[in-house]
Amino acid sequence: MRYLPLSTADRSAMLATIGAASVDDLFADVPAEAVLDGPIAGLPNHASEMAVERALVKMAGKNKTASTNPFFVGCGAYKHHVPASVDMVIQRGEFLTAYTPYQPEIAQGTLQVLFEFQTQVARLTGMEVANASMYDGSTAMTEAVFMARRITRRPKCIVSAGVHPHYTSVLKTLTRFTGDLVEAGVPTFTPGAPGDDLASLIAQIDADTSCVVVQNPNLFGHIADLTPLADACHKAGALLIVVVTEIVSLGAIKSPGEMGADIVVGEGQSLGAGLLFGGPYLGLFACREKHVRQAPGRLCGETVDASGKRGFVLTLSTREQHIRREKATSNICTNSGLIALAFSAHLSLLGEKGLRHLAALNHARAVQLADRLARVPGVTLLNGPFFNEFTLDLGREARPVVRKLAETGVLGGVSMGRLWPTEKALAGGMIVAVTETATDEDFDAFEDALDEVMA
Amino acid sequence: MSTEMNNVGRPTRLVAGTGAAVETFTGNRALMLEEPLLFERGSLDTSGVDLPPVPPVPDRLGGLARDAVIGLPGFSEPEAVRHYTRLSRQNYAIDLGIFPLGSCTMKHNPRLNEKMARLPGFADIHPLQPQSTVQGALELIDVLADWLMKLTGMPAVAMSPKAGAHGELCGMLAIRAALDARNDPRRVVLVPESAHGTNPATAAFCGFTVENIPANARGRVDLDAMLARLGPDVAAVMITNPNTCGLFEPDLKTISDAVHAVGGYVYCDGANFNAIVGRVRPGDLGVDAMHINLHKTFSTPHGGGGPGSGPVVLSAALAPFAPIPFVRKTANGLELVEEDTAGTHAADSFGRMVAFHGQMGMFVRALAYMMSHGADGLRQVAEDAVLNANYILASLKDLYTAPFASSGPCMHEALFSDDFLDGTGLSTIDLAKALIDEGFHPMTMYFPLVVHGAMLVEPTETESKANLDQLIGAMRHVATQMLADPDAWRAAPHFAPRRRLDETLAARKPVLGFKDSEAA
Repeated sequence: MRYLPLSTADRSAMLATIGAASVDDLFADVPAEAVLDGPIAGLPNHASEMAVERALVKMAGKNKTASTNPFFVGCGAYKHHVPASVDMVIQRGEFLTAYTPYQPEIAQGTLQVLFEFQTQVARLTGMEVANASMYDGSTAMTEAVFMARRITRRPKCIVSAGVHPHYTSVLKTLTRFTGDLVEAGVPTFTPGAPGDDLASLIAQIDADTSCVVVQNPNLFGHIADLTPLADACHKAGALLIVVVTEIVSLGAIKSPGEMGADIVVGEGQSLGAGLLFGGPYLGLFACREKHVRQAPGRLCGETVDASGKRGFVLTLSTREQHIRREKATSNICTNSGLIALAFSAHLSLLGEKGLRHLAALNHARAVQLADRLARVPGVTLLNGPFFNEFTLDLGREARPVVRKLAETGVLGGVSMGRLWPTEKALAGGMIVAVTETATDEDFDAFEDALDEVMA
Repeated sequence: MSTEMNNVGRPTRLVAGTGAAVETFTGNRALMLEEPLLFERGSLDTSGVDLPPVPPVPDRLGGLARDAVIGLPGFSEPEAVRHYTRLSRQNYAIDLGIFPLGSCTMKHNPRLNEKMARLPGFADIHPLQPQSTVQGALELIDVLADWLMKLTGMPAVAMSPKAGAHGELCGMLAIRAALDARNDPRRVVLVPESAHGTNPATAAFCGFTVENIPANARGRVDLDAMLARLGPDVAAVMITNPNTCGLFEPDLKTISDAVHAVGGYVYCDGANFNAIVGRVRPGDLGVDAMHINLHKTFSTPHGGGGPGSGPVVLSAALAPFAPIPFVRKTANGLELVEEDTAGTHAADSFGRMVAFHGQMGMFVRALAYMMSHGADGLRQVAEDAVLNANYILASLKDLYTAPFASSGPCMHEALFSDDFLDGTGLSTIDLAKALIDEGFHPMTMYFPLVVHGAMLVEPTETESKANLDQLIGAMRHVATQMLADPDAWRAAPHFAPRRRLDETLAARKPVLGFKDSEAA
């Protein structure tokens, strides 16, 4: 077995040192009825690299990949080009095979990366501080709602209908037993502003409201000025939580911080991670400095060492479960350190100039495709302003259309029927994402295929 | 030829004297390189990514264009690669040496797993693609689920939890949902006092009240205290097996039967599954739910603090309450049960825990690991992990205080306390920092809390005897020297990239990001 260094002679010598006759003696505490005499039945024995690779390559080959098909799927996960050097960086064994930096003297690499990551996330979101990452955007959003409750000591959170329904669903699951009240609406197809209605969100705010959660760009791609909503929240003593699932958008549109957000959470997958069939992704979490002691997750801070040199450590850990146990601000322990590194490396390769260029390119290409698809008979573009994602009303159930497009080799978007199966009024919606990776040929293929399927 | 040319006429000579006091211009020390922050180096006008030009179309941003400077420095590719490569060299890692962090299972991360996870068929597919286009991915999840169920002897598994603590949450939510389904108001969760902090934090999160159960003198759950506390108000027992002292809980089956008899459930923290994988199935011990840290037992890399992955195996009693989405076999292939079909196939599910389907990248790595070892190899994993830990225990217990050594062998980790340093003014942290100078990552310090100055040493099965002998030698040397001359050991480490760091300062005046005013 190629991963096990002990030889038979080693094992015998070690047993002699221990004073045990056989390794079975070391399992003496296991009750006899639970002892297995040999390898577990129904599972194969060990296999060579070649054999394992052969089996997994075969499985992988059954999937249609984003890079080999015209690809326009988004809704919380986006296909962006990740520079080759990002993967090289995260495969450095010193990053890949390190643990959480509990011994800071020999973990300054990871710690400095986290400090840089926190700074990048804070700047990108327009906030003062960010944590060292969460599992993903949806769990980060839930943690933000809990944080708002701790700060305001109020029970009710209002969730915009423009928030990704899976995120809202996670929030509902995790608040079932915590006493939090979640008010979440159903989206509307208001022409020019599909998704939510900020005025009605404002009208819902009352003295019990801890926070309003809104996504920008929203699920339908619509972007809005959140300033009036932020003002209304603050007037009522509530917090505004802004969710960003396409972080590249912040290279083109005003940051949540500039619009008055108190907590910004997001999915950082767009930079560094790749699609990965949903994970591991990267939860982003940023807030105002005055609230940081109520924040969940790990935080990296600057300090000095015994000889006065700058160094970094995990800090404010008195919020965390290993100290506070049942009174902790969150039960999160492991986060997404390596994906945070990928994000940070990708963003430092882009820099301000590259990120703005990337965002402008995504937007311009999306505008081009939206106008082309809107020409297809029976198709209506619902968006006014948008970033790189927009919603089409197909005037018929979109889910079979998406499936038929896939049969022609075009991965054309996400149907509302998949995300909101119970809302028949939304069934005609198809959400289309466009990134820098889509070519003119992909545009042609999509337009032609949609034309054919709609005909 | 070139070597010869380089040396011709100017051979290196040994010169007497030490360079210890030499200060360098750069602050570097040969291969030990200082690296400034991104924000102290980069420029807003530099980019290491070439992109096609932006087509000239009028924007449709609705007047929301971001005008203000964001403050994100950029780097050319060589600069960026060097920045991160230099930083990487300030990290300790398994690839560099033994990483004996108890309860963390820092084993070798096979590179085949990295290669497999990067196959485009797994890495370059979207979670919301039509299911007909991702049948291979669903197959991988299904095959991995089958391995996990067989290895644990459990009938169901929830794959979506993102890490161990998230898996705990999944298991406890399933228990809470099962109780609610029968309108059962019981809310007490019993947790051994040696439990990891995530256990009580998770139970509290699900609306349970946590009560601690003491340990006995042998480091196991006090069976009498546990049985005495059981009653109709007890919703669940959360128990770690092997426990956080590195010991097998021999009474777990007795406890499970008693918990079930009063109508409660048994949650097992599977963080230490590496000790028993292939040799003991938790299902045979009466467990109702157990999370499995794929990043421990099944070798997916820890990455400096994640990502993890924490699937949860479930008993038949809890299986109906498992979260969506999950993979189901149908006549037409594999189906992912999501919101639209949940009503039909998962009416009692407690809901969704994550935006998508879980940690696919970790699933691929874990399955590659399992297939590589097979049922026979995994059994050997547990045996070698336990053998290695007992070898360390046997080799140090005459010098280090080993509080439970007299009660028999340990499992995959050896627990020591710093009682033997009494009177020296030194404690566990000094010993840990001295080991850093010896080139080792220290063991877990001050956990579990039930032992004074705990040192929890988990070597894992991927260390050779020679490596263990070197660690044992260093640990014996350091301890012996500390007892002989305590004053010499208060300031370690001396040779790490940084000396001891001021954590009090960091917490009192938190500086959590770079501020431009610092650049002077």
